Amino acid sequence: MPHIKYVEANGTEYAVDAPAGITAMEAAVKNGVPGIDGDCGGVAACATCHVYVDPAWLAKTGPAADGMEKDMLEFAEDVRETSRLACQIKLDDTLDGLVLKLPEKQH
Amino acid sequence: MTALASTTAVATEAESLPLDRIDVSRAELFERNVEGDYFARLRREDPVHYCAESAYGPYWSITTYKDIMAVDTNHQVFSSDAGLGGILIDDNIQKSGGGGIDLPNFIGMDPPQHDEQRKAVSPIVAPANLAKLEGTIRERVGRVLDGLPVGKEFDWVPEVSIELTTQMLATLFDFPFEDRRKLTRWSDVTVAEPGSGIIDSWEQRNNELMDCANYFQRLWNERVNTDPGSDLISMLAHSPATRNMTAENYLGNVVLLIVGGNDTTRNSMTGGVLALHQNPAEFAKLKANPALIDSMVPEIIRWQTPLAHMRRTAVADAELGGKTIKKGDKVVMWYVSGNRDDTAIDRPDEFIIDRERPRQHLSFGFGIHRCVGNRLAEMQLKILWEEILKRFSRIEVTGEPVRVRSNFVRGYASLPVKLHG
Repeated sequence: MPHIKYVEANGTEYAVDAPAGITAMEAAVKNGVPGIDGDCGGVAACATCHVYVDPAWLAKTGPAADGMEKDMLEFAEDVRETSRLACQIKLDDTLDGLVLKLPEKQH
Repeated sequence: MTALASTTAVATEAESLPLDRIDVSRAELFERNVEGDYFARLRREDPVHYCAESAYGPYWSITTYKDIMAVDTNHQVFSSDAGLGGILIDDNIQKSGGGGIDLPNFIGMDPPQHDEQRKAVSPIVAPANLAKLEGTIRERVGRVLDGLPVGKEFDWVPEVSIELTTQMLATLFDFPFEDRRKLTRWSDVTVAEPGSGIIDSWEQRNNELMDCANYFQRLWNERVNTDPGSDLISMLAHSPATRNMTAENYLGNVVLLIVGGNDTTRNSMTGGVLALHQNPAEFAKLKANPALIDSMVPEIIRWQTPLAHMRRTAVADAELGGKTIKKGDKVVMWYVSGNRDDTAIDRPDEFIIDRERPRQHLSFGFGIHRCVGNRLAEMQLKILWEEILKRFSRIEVTGEPVRVRSNFVRGYASLPVKLHG
């Protein structure tokens, strides 16, 4: 069961044990992590689960994918190299220890 | 008894027509508030429905949540290009030829131009700016509510819904405050068809839109010669993506922002009052726990669905729900239907203020054209309800709402109410 750490913009940390197979958006929503809205339910269609992948983990999660994920990130706030939509990060044991930082607010 | 009889008659009407004769684009269905029966039948029997003949020519109706999401997130195949007809079932709203005038704007564009122009204005609804607007909105809401009569019937639509949304628009544009009702009129006129009760002819509409263009041209000229400000006109006049756009494109974007900020929030402000009146148990829940405003606001927006549809044009053949949509076909996503789809939303016909995932609704659309002002709209409604609860024990609806005759704006011309202190 991968262990995920979400870090709010103000530094507050949330540790979540998520079953493999769900996404980083679902893990956050199910565990009440604030700041991840996930309005579209997980199909990269709203960009309200924008996160910054800790640079040390970016090689494992990979960067934002071409298509809807990149298209939607175009309109998110303060997008960086490490930006991803959490709904497009599927959790598995290789991501045990993953650190995701949250933007100030979802937009 | 009368109401019951007419409901039965309508159910029969929606059920008895042969499927190929069903035309959900008829604006009078929305005015009579019976469109839901037609959409329920289409979702059940023919969720991707072809209407061969209508006032707008042939079109496809997409009626389920899942299929609407599929179209909305496939902008490569389902184009918003105004040159192909744009985003409304009536080609004339955005395009000249059939009577209207060309109103090119970013909602009627595909990437990359869409992305550039949208990004020129989106900072105004970015989180930091919303936080700045909150105090102003709360103060104005308070002032409007404090001016309302208690215990005496009045019309909620002009006194509250129109007044508040118009004030908000004037602020976003830094528009002369005393002239703000012009914005309301231009918003109504932009999406009106002749016979809607708002305009009598395309010519009248075009003339009024020219007045709008001239007024906004003056504001542009003022702002372009001063330092960049934080209002929408200044943003358009100074952004590299928009500062060289044509006068037509400027008017197009202006009316887009006016309509986007006006019709929508206005009708959700009215719809919420009606929904809570019709659902006293939900109102009791709200009174017992005002924190439920957070989940009630998106539920109001779902329940009302202030924009009934968005349209696309297929630029390639596509399979959907076992049907083949041909290149060039007009495709209408009926958000109002997807928001009542029980395969996606639990008990969708009910107004429930404490749903678990209240924001999973289609009213803002999804994909790259998703409403840019969605968080501002939610904030306006949240503040309105917080301030209402501080002041009044109840808003009683004292008569029948008058609905707008439109297949696009799903809203109210009037709603008589009485406030209880």
